[in-house]
Amino acid sequence: MRWTKKDLLGMKDLSADEIRLILDTADSFMEVSTREIKKVPTLRGKTVVNLFFEASTRTRTSFEIAAKRLSADAVNISASASSVVKGETLIDTARNLEAMNPDIIVIRHSAAGSPHILARCVKQSIINAGDGAHEHPTQALLDMMTIRQKKGKIAGLKIAIIGDIAHSRVARSNIHGLNAMGAKVAVGGPATMMPREIERLGVTVHHNIEDTIRGADIIMMLRVQIERKAICLFPSLREYAKFFCLDRDRIRNAKEDVIIMHPGPINRGVEISPEVADGPYSVILDQVANGVAVRMALLYLLAGGSS
Amino acid sequence: MKLLLKGGRIIDPLRKIDKIADLLVDGGKVVRIETNIEDPGADIYDAGGMWIIPGLIDMHTHLREPGYEYKESIRTGCEAAVAGGFTAVACMPNTNPVNDTRSVTEYIIRQAALAGIARVYPVAAATRGSEGRVLSEFGDLKEAGAVAFSDDGKPVADSAVMRYAMEYAASFGALVISHCEDATLSADGLMNEGRISTELGLKGIPSIAEDIPVARDIAIAEYTGTSVHIAHVSTAGAVRIIREAKKRGVRVTAETAPHYFSLSDEALREFDTNLKMNPPLRSTEDVAAMKEALRDGTIDVIATDHAPHSSIEKDVEFEYAANGIIGLETSLALSLNLVREGVLSPADLVRKMSSNPAAVLGVRGGTLGIGAEADITVIDPNRPWTVDVRIFRSKSRNSPFHGWKMEGKAVLTIVGGAIKYREG
Repeated sequence: MRWTKKDLLGMKDLSADEIRLILDTADSFMEVSTREIKKVPTLRGKTVVNLFFEASTRTRTSFEIAAKRLSADAVNISASASSVVKGETLIDTARNLEAMNPDIIVIRHSAAGSPHILARCVKQSIINAGDGAHEHPTQALLDMMTIRQKKGKIAGLKIAIIGDIAHSRVARSNIHGLNAMGAKVAVGGPATMMPREIERLGVTVHHNIEDTIRGADIIMMLRVQIERKAICLFPSLREYAKFFCLDRDRIRNAKEDVIIMHPGPINRGVEISPEVADGPYSVILDQVANGVAVRMALLYLLAGGSS
Repeated sequence: MKLLLKGGRIIDPLRKIDKIADLLVDGGKVVRIETNIEDPGADIYDAGGMWIIPGLIDMHTHLREPGYEYKESIRTGCEAAVAGGFTAVACMPNTNPVNDTRSVTEYIIRQAALAGIARVYPVAAATRGSEGRVLSEFGDLKEAGAVAFSDDGKPVADSAVMRYAMEYAASFGALVISHCEDATLSADGLMNEGRISTELGLKGIPSIAEDIPVARDIAIAEYTGTSVHIAHVSTAGAVRIIREAKKRGVRVTAETAPHYFSLSDEALREFDTNLKMNPPLRSTEDVAAMKEALRDGTIDVIATDHAPHSSIEKDVEFEYAANGIIGLETSLALSLNLVREGVLSPADLVRKMSSNPAAVLGVRGGTLGIGAEADITVIDPNRPWTVDVRIFRSKSRNSPFHGWKMEGKAVLTIVGGAIKYREG
């Protein structure tokens, strides 16, 4: 099959075939990163703009490395968090970039829907690198690539996602993608972290970690946003860790060959204990490595390549 | 100047009239309603196939003047009003400066008189600066022409202040209009809380943010024996509370806006900022509840909550976009959909859009009695048209209904016997 979409805005928009195409393409790019000369000429002469309105180290670096390994020129723009503060609207910023004629614009923004504004007003391909609590499709794709690598399939697996689902774009994108691929998703956390009617997105909901991970093939821990504590989602980090931290004891509820994932950056001792993060079940660093391959695949597909 | 409307369907629920007849206007008044009027001195308007009804009254409009004339002025707002069939509008006080003093109320009335298009009834702020602390001068403001008191857009959080506002207003025979929103529950909210907000990752505004203050204000009205009007009802919960209170005899009236019975939060998937307003578009169940409440009389009034904003406020990220949509030029057509769906009879429609708002505000109009001011709207109930915001009279373009195919339109709007709008 061929890639036909102009943009990658969210996992919600992708079919199982499209997801498979991206993952297959990513698999084929894995090898490039292991060469002595980690570069192919595939996107020579193409320009990728990384437009980041929100702090990011991992994702931005990953996109930059992906572009460079494909020989594209990568330009990084770190803008202030709010365009209101900056004095130029997002649409004006977008039109200015468009006038400089790049090929792909990667955007991260704290406001949900910002990539959609860009996609509507410029001709370039847009990749959503995270918009508010809405979607983070490249994270979900690298997670699914990692699952496929470790388990050989996605369909039929049980994935437990634990933490602040309400504020997590990683959770939303994974729920859409994993459901499309035929996996079963359970989410868990205190009710204050479960967005209303989340079950209608096709997940089962639990309020304790043991039930959530029971029989799971994959456990995905979400970062506790410590800065959100002010709005009373939970009483204290101490209590959160006591009831929701993934430690060695709790893992016993999952399948024996369970793998542990985390989108990073991790809070050691809050949502995940150090011995689990660094332990044999953890594939956290595989996720990071796969992130480069997934982003290479997307840049390649959106720039007009086919698998 | 005499004007003779020939052969229209005259609908006046207050006088229990629904018949084909002629209507003669002379000296700014309705002078005759009979089956066959001949008057060689009158201009004749052929109203065959049309409805002739008391002029529509919008009791919830934002005219933005003084202070935000780049969004709307009293003149352009009035032009939009008559184009939509409204002969009168009540304008909310969240201008700059806030309409909390006689001088601002008088300014609005003077600007409206200078424009000379539609009647404009200022609603003054319930508290000074709409800050929710000190009552504004209800007596003086009422003398100056304010028809009601409201901190619309900024709910009165302090229950004691709300109690005093309602009691003090009652002493002057004035009405308090309440924008019911618990700001602690709606804080940072961007849309209705539910499946769609969960999917879009947008902070939700729960329905209880509306239900709780509706229950509070009704409790205050019942306890103090005063009356209250609930603005822009959007939730099934608020409807249940109001319905039950009315059964008990509490003096509560309520309005909803056309968007709350025409659109649900399902429409929001594309982050269109023209679907962002406060209260937000609710669930399909809430939409059904609005229709039922209009049908059974729980909701008395259809009001537009016409809220003009420029592209500066709307062509931005959803999170940063201002709340509100314009409605004066689409309200009637959307409400006529309810007649076609069998929710409202034509007479009910006239009640909700003319007679009831006149009664709630205590202003003239709402009927076509002989000798009454000739504020008349002539509607072609079947005229097909397509909403095109580019040709709106309003200065602003923030309507989610752009491109909608409509059926039914005001074709002639008469204020005080003078034609203020005529469809070409």
